[in-house]
Amino acid sequence: MGRKLLLDKAHIENIRLYDVYRREGGYRSVEKALKTMSPDAVTEEVKKSGLRGRGGAGFPTGMKWSFLAKPEGVPRYLVVNADESEPGTFKDRYLMEFIPHLLIEGMITSSFALGSNRAYIYIRGEYAWIVGILEQAIQEAKNNGFLGKNILGSGFDCEIYVQRGAGAYICGEETALLESLEGKRGNPRIKPPFPAVKGLWDCPTVVNNVETIAAVVPIINEGGEEYAKIGIGKSTGTKLISACGNIKKQGVYEIDMTISVEEFIYSDEYCGGIANGRQLKACIPGGSSVPILPANLLLTTAKGEKRMMTYESLADGGFATGSMMGSGGFIVLDDTQCVVKHTYTLARFYRHESCGQCSPCREGTGWMEKILLKIENGQGKMSDIDLLWDIQRKIEGNTICPLGDAAAWPVAAAIRHFRDEFEWHITNADDAQRRNYGLMHYADPIHIPTTA
Amino acid sequence: MADEVKKEAPANFKVTIDNITIEVAPGTSILNAARKIGGDVTPPAMCYYSKLQGSGGKCRTCLVEVAAGSTADPRPMPKLVASCRTNVMDGMIVKNITSERVQDARAGVVEFLLLNHPLDCPICDQAGECHLQDLGYEHGKEGTRYEFKRRTFEKEDIGPYIQLHMTRCILCYRCTYVADQLTDNRVHGILDRGDHAEISTYISKSIDNDFSGNMIDVCPVGALTDKTFRFKNRVWFTKPVDAHRDCENEKCCGKVTLWQRGDDVLRVTSRKDEWGEVQSYDGKPGWICNTCRFDKKKASDWVIEGPTSISRHSVISQGHYVGLQKPKETIAEVMGGREPKLLMDIHSISDVNSVEIASLPGPATSKTFKNVNGE
Repeated sequence: MGRKLLLDKAHIENIRLYDVYRREGGYRSVEKALKTMSPDAVTEEVKKSGLRGRGGAGFPTGMKWSFLAKPEGVPRYLVVNADESEPGTFKDRYLMEFIPHLLIEGMITSSFALGSNRAYIYIRGEYAWIVGILEQAIQEAKNNGFLGKNILGSGFDCEIYVQRGAGAYICGEETALLESLEGKRGNPRIKPPFPAVKGLWDCPTVVNNVETIAAVVPIINEGGEEYAKIGIGKSTGTKLISACGNIKKQGVYEIDMTISVEEFIYSDEYCGGIANGRQLKACIPGGSSVPILPANLLLTTAKGEKRMMTYESLADGGFATGSMMGSGGFIVLDDTQCVVKHTYTLARFYRHESCGQCSPCREGTGWMEKILLKIENGQGKMSDIDLLWDIQRKIEGNTICPLGDAAAWPVAAAIRHFRDEFEWHITNADDAQRRNYGLMHYADPIHIPTTA
Repeated sequence: MADEVKKEAPANFKVTIDNITIEVAPGTSILNAARKIGGDVTPPAMCYYSKLQGSGGKCRTCLVEVAAGSTADPRPMPKLVASCRTNVMDGMIVKNITSERVQDARAGVVEFLLLNHPLDCPICDQAGECHLQDLGYEHGKEGTRYEFKRRTFEKEDIGPYIQLHMTRCILCYRCTYVADQLTDNRVHGILDRGDHAEISTYISKSIDNDFSGNMIDVCPVGALTDKTFRFKNRVWFTKPVDAHRDCENEKCCGKVTLWQRGDDVLRVTSRKDEWGEVQSYDGKPGWICNTCRFDKKKASDWVIEGPTSISRHSVISQGHYVGLQKPKETIAEVMGGREPKLLMDIHSISDVNSVEIASLPGPATSKTFKNVNGE
């Protein structure tokens, strides 16, 4: 049984309400931080914890906080990125829906550390009902003196506002989010300057994921060093994984990053194995943007080691044989799934969500979608596969924001690992319209080169 | 965090672009440093416009490789950077045409830009002075690998003077910056997103600001065209002449280029520098007002300064005659002083030649001549 830090109280009835949350030990971290610690000490504690950004990039949070410019007389802002739009990721939704006070508590503590008197939650438009839940939680916290002026007599003021987006995936990119929060069109900004120097209304800003801010609560309660003891290496603490696809038990799981991918998929505590007695074919371990892996490379690394659910192990082997932890959207595909169709679906998503600002992403995503649809419909040519590879290569790294990369990686990984399925779709076009390629060799043990 | 560090900066930064070292003031972008060197070293730019704040970074044609960040931190930058929005550091080493990565990426960007761009250059008014044409000529391939239908939009009437062909647009955003920074009321912008994003007005035909015509000048392609010039002539058949007038409008500089055919003024534009941008006078960009651009279409409205100097590489220079002398009429001399006798004046039968093409609101059609003849 792994340790739970975020969701251990999530099952308690009415934990959504302030009274229950407070009775269960809520807002202890605010009291501890505001009464006994200095802002820098809180940042130091977060640094010690080794907490890494839970939104996808995995950048150390303490480091990000210490980059924040602190010029005199200029307000600073904390913005919580709740624009959780990555296909396959729904962990923040669970957190905000069931224990909103955890987020509010984390935000007050983090705001104190950063010296931000105004904090914003930018929530995606589709989470319409959660806005009410959060605003109720904010009101309750305010009524009990945890928000507003002079919190707990410490002289620290803090207000939290919830801003609803209009449903654009791109607004999850931090600078696009800030543009949207300012009331403009959600186009990503060109960096530098980074938000830590010039963010919201040209003021220093920290943008963090919901889960990252929530994780500040147990870090302050237990101490950064205690928190760092959980997990392996640089992957410290617990991580929420939203598992979906062809598994028996879909849902949000909190893992302490010590278990293997195999255990996560097959143990009854977590996903409970593949549904309907089918076999594991492929998996996207971190939300739709990260590279897809076939079953054999998912469970073991190219070096033959067991793949663990940690930032490092999932990324082992680079993009050639590895993937990424990403935002924790664990999508499992069984042997009845078609990788070509799956890749097409993702390409369609990115084509629709590209902001259209820079040319490689605007034009390239649409092109890839059209070619993939052609292959899926059985009208593809062999040269289309190489063309797809060339397009994704020219998008990746040449765009303003990571959406271009996010659109290129799934296509690249699908061709890299499932090229024979693409080829089969082209050579057996009629057959491909009626049946799937199946599991084939994707779960076979990989050949590990031995060093003599 | 480059701009966070504020140390004692040397007066000038030394930057090396394609093995050519130049000294520039701190805060100069790589692109502007390269423009100081000039020639092939300068990366092409489709969206950057030095006179429009915040422009650039979008088209990705100006990507360059930074082989060494600065003397203090000589690490190379892992990704190619947009030279128009990256400032030089002291000791920076930049590779543009000497880098294969850059050439490859640029070829990719050009292909992306041309992917959905219509190949209607033969009927496009921008042809001959189109930046995308130049870019495609230099970096493009002879064929496309795109096998699908190109994206099209309906033509849109966005105001009394400007016609929008969204199909040709490459979404450089320059015109929206003009709307933001030059005009008082911003009425147009980008609607929608991704490959279906379009430049448009919220209320149709609503662009009537005094300086809206400058949108046409900043457009790198033929997406925004001058309604008073549309289909009247090819630019390389017209003769550019520098001229000026005292404009009543304070913000208007009054210095223009007249595009003449014979003595007719077919089009008026602001003067362009060698990078295709509006020229600056005393550090101020020479934007012109709509009165100068659209209403003053007679040579007598202007003080002519002389022929515009056009780069000899430009197709426009082929119709550009300098030092022209009209051939001497010799009949009277040969005939011993007698004038030739006019057998018939064509104007007594047809009014065709009395149509002033320059003053028509649009292109001349058969209908124009019917009206003249009273049919």
